[in-house]
Amino acid sequence: MSLTLVFAFILVLSAAGFVLGKRKALASVNGNSKHLHSLPNYYGWNVAIYAFLPALLCLLAWLIIQPIVVERQLSGLLAANEATTATPALESDLTLQMADVRRLATGLDTAVAKGTLTGDEAAKLRTEFGNVREKLATAGVALGSDVTPTILAAAQSYREMSATGAMGRAVLAIVVSVIGFIYALRLTGKDFRARNSVERVILALLVLASTIAILTTVGIVLSMFSESLRFFSMYPASEFFFGLTWAPNFAGDSDFGLAPLLWGTLYISLVSMLVAVPIGLFAAIYLAEYASPRVRSIVKPLIEIIAGIPTVVFGLFALVTVGPFLRDWFAAPFGFGNSGSSVMTAGIVIGILNIPFISSLADDIINAVPQSMRDGSLGIGATKSETIKQVVLPAALPGIVGAILLAASRAIGETMIVTMGAGAAAKLDLNPFEAMTTITVKIVSQLTGDTEFNSPETLVAFALGMTLFVITLGLNIFALYIVRRYKEQYE
Amino acid sequence: MSDAIMKPASVAAAPIKSSLLVQHQLMKKRNAAEARFKIYGVVAIVVSLATLFIMLWTIFSDGVSAFRQATLTFPVTLEQTILDPNGKAAPADLAKVTTIGYGRVLASSFKSHLAARNISIEGVNDKALNELISRDAPAQLRNMVLTDPSLIGKTIDFSGYAGGRIDGYLKGRVTMETAKLDSNITPEQLQLADRLREAGILTTQFNTGFLTNPDASDQRPEASGLGIAILGSIYMMVMVTIMVLPLGVAASIYLEEFAPKNRFTDLVEVNISNLAAVPSIVFGILGLAIFINFAELPQSSSIVGALVITLMTLPTIIIATRAAIRAVPPSIRDAALGVGASKMQTVFHHVLPLASPGIMTGTILGLATALGETAPLLLIGMVAFVANYPSSPLEGGILEPATALPVQVYSWASRSDPAFIERSSGAIIVLLGMLVVMNVIAIMLRRRFERRW
Repeated sequence: MSLTLVFAFILVLSAAGFVLGKRKALASVNGNSKHLHSLPNYYGWNVAIYAFLPALLCLLAWLIIQPIVVERQLSGLLAANEATTATPALESDLTLQMADVRRLATGLDTAVAKGTLTGDEAAKLRTEFGNVREKLATAGVALGSDVTPTILAAAQSYREMSATGAMGRAVLAIVVSVIGFIYALRLTGKDFRARNSVERVILALLVLASTIAILTTVGIVLSMFSESLRFFSMYPASEFFFGLTWAPNFAGDSDFGLAPLLWGTLYISLVSMLVAVPIGLFAAIYLAEYASPRVRSIVKPLIEIIAGIPTVVFGLFALVTVGPFLRDWFAAPFGFGNSGSSVMTAGIVIGILNIPFISSLADDIINAVPQSMRDGSLGIGATKSETIKQVVLPAALPGIVGAILLAASRAIGETMIVTMGAGAAAKLDLNPFEAMTTITVKIVSQLTGDTEFNSPETLVAFALGMTLFVITLGLNIFALYIVRRYKEQYE
Repeated sequence: MSDAIMKPASVAAAPIKSSLLVQHQLMKKRNAAEARFKIYGVVAIVVSLATLFIMLWTIFSDGVSAFRQATLTFPVTLEQTILDPNGKAAPADLAKVTTIGYGRVLASSFKSHLAARNISIEGVNDKALNELISRDAPAQLRNMVLTDPSLIGKTIDFSGYAGGRIDGYLKGRVTMETAKLDSNITPEQLQLADRLREAGILTTQFNTGFLTNPDASDQRPEASGLGIAILGSIYMMVMVTIMVLPLGVAASIYLEEFAPKNRFTDLVEVNISNLAAVPSIVFGILGLAIFINFAELPQSSSIVGALVITLMTLPTIIIATRAAIRAVPPSIRDAALGVGASKMQTVFHHVLPLASPGIMTGTILGLATALGETAPLLLIGMVAFVANYPSSPLEGGILEPATALPVQVYSWASRSDPAFIERSSGAIIVLLGMLVVMNVIAIMLRRRFERRW
């Protein structure tokens, strides 16, 4: 029984539950809803929820658990076979074989669906009776390599287990749904507190929704941590963190030294901060302290437009305009090199991207400085700029530092601009007009296209991602800590 | 003036010299500093607005031409001997004739039409003549015939794309000088193009194909379009809305109205604010590891893109929604509770409807940011070349490969032919247009429904 059909059955049952539950509740008080504990609809909802939710949970649990169980059994089977042929099975071999098994099993499924094989034939197919690969090719299923008997047997038992699993899943879901339906309907009566029951479920759903944020973090950390560990089991961690060369080679024998990437990332972020901090800060000061309300109401939204433009647009700007401009007017005439993509290109453009970020944060912070402090300073004869420099900015400093740190973390994690504007050469160089590369660029280039996660060449991206995550998270937490401490001073 | 050389220290010692009419040296300095400081601020604002303007201007001037396309219009005789040798107009027979056959039909018609109009240029042979027509035109013609087989044997007025270089020539991207260095085009061909233009055969027309065509290969920039990218972006945005809105609103309601103050809710709060600042590419890695590698959803499908973007926008939406809920005054809650509503009824019947304009505004702005997100989509394979439209969502279209607008911008920008830079900029114009529409809706919602309590 297909998943949609089971799901449809559960839905129909709970819809029926709603109608019947409401009717039964009203019948229990002879149609006078005043004598019910809750509004009539709540009784309906209660039955519907009981028929729907547990069944859905069973369905989901089964969907998650079944593949795990099947894989475990099959890898046992495969490993046993390996043991008899006396070649020790590596874990990566096993995952490769599992992928083969899965591909073959789906291949058989398509062949059956297309009618080139009957279900029975697919189950009894043997490698001894002709080439399986060719047979499947006639059904339009392309297989990478020839099929060994072990793999075929495994694929067939995989199909068998999946079929049994689907059957069990359907039966379980329907039974649970019916039980829930009957149980809730029996509860329904004039003294049953349907509203409380329904509200408990809603509250549980609300709690569930708010834990998604935590689950996301857990997911990020777990996925990156486990894959990074796999990477470090293939490549020494000390060489990753302290190595000075980055030379991935998909044929093997690669060097993954973090240093050139980290240097590129920090160098580009430094350039971007040199652009964004003065411009953003002065813009914020002008808007907060000097501009008339009219100017402010026009200029502030205009600057914030920059923040609404997608980063890929800035990337194209770096690639087409800023890069060639810097190359032709600065790098080439002064002998700094001949590269359009460079640290300067990416840094300047990221700086522009960060201007509105710094200016609007700094603007808020400057506005939060109490007016009395300004009045005091102006009253003893300081000029406006002296007041700003000597009173307002020192008072706002922790907040501004926090804003700068947040902007730095954004610059470090920025991807599209550096992918399009910084180049791909991993090197340790001081010349800002040279192409350099960053952690994010390398994550993109190592993970685009090939996604068989078995070689250190792809797994290194997870180690890079984790490094990036730790750096930005650290900066964020530090920044929020500073901002929060500052806020407490005036409230 | 004598006090022009005086030092500030001695000024303090001799206050008699100061006057209301003549500004003091120190005061002058302080005022100059004041003016300088103010100018710095003006310069900062001018610089940032100027870069914004330059950026938009370069992109618009590069991209606007993508909406116009050089088109060749000439009569084509659809010879039956080539296109339908059996003469039965059976669909199976027609489908057997490839674009090569149609290419020959086009080439011969084009040649005879030029001969009839008496247009020729020295040094342009048949092959060079044929290169003026886009490699996509035969496919265009073939589709026309396959949809209406009765055309065979007739002479129709056909208009198809001109080649990419000719298109570039009309738009000023290709000149006689560059043509000399370019192996794909000769100056003679450009002269011929000039003649064709005078004769009205070569025109520029509004390019609807740019908005509806799928992407095309490196050699056919003139045929590439945004159709799949726009559709993919729409699929993703609809799915993101369906997922992120209930989740975000539910989470915000809990945190704002029900959550007790304890370790768990503190953890959730810190988590949300930190997740909002995690680089987007990290979410791409998450999507790759969990949705593609673990859950085995198909690569480059729009459902995976939507899931990743949902997780990424969720914190932003939660922050905006909580602000909207917090803006509903406590008196509303007190009144509802006072007449006997349960806490749940208060929230769902009163607080939520009152907060909904704010929630909608926040959500639309969050979605606008999500629409432009590129980096995570690269990792889940949406950068792959997609030639076929995904089917409708009901037929599993969300599981089929698709691409998205910002990703299309990136993949065109990374191709070598400069014609793709024009396409890329044109795609940005479409993207920015969509963003402007979303932002305008958000602003209008805010204006129309915003209430000050």
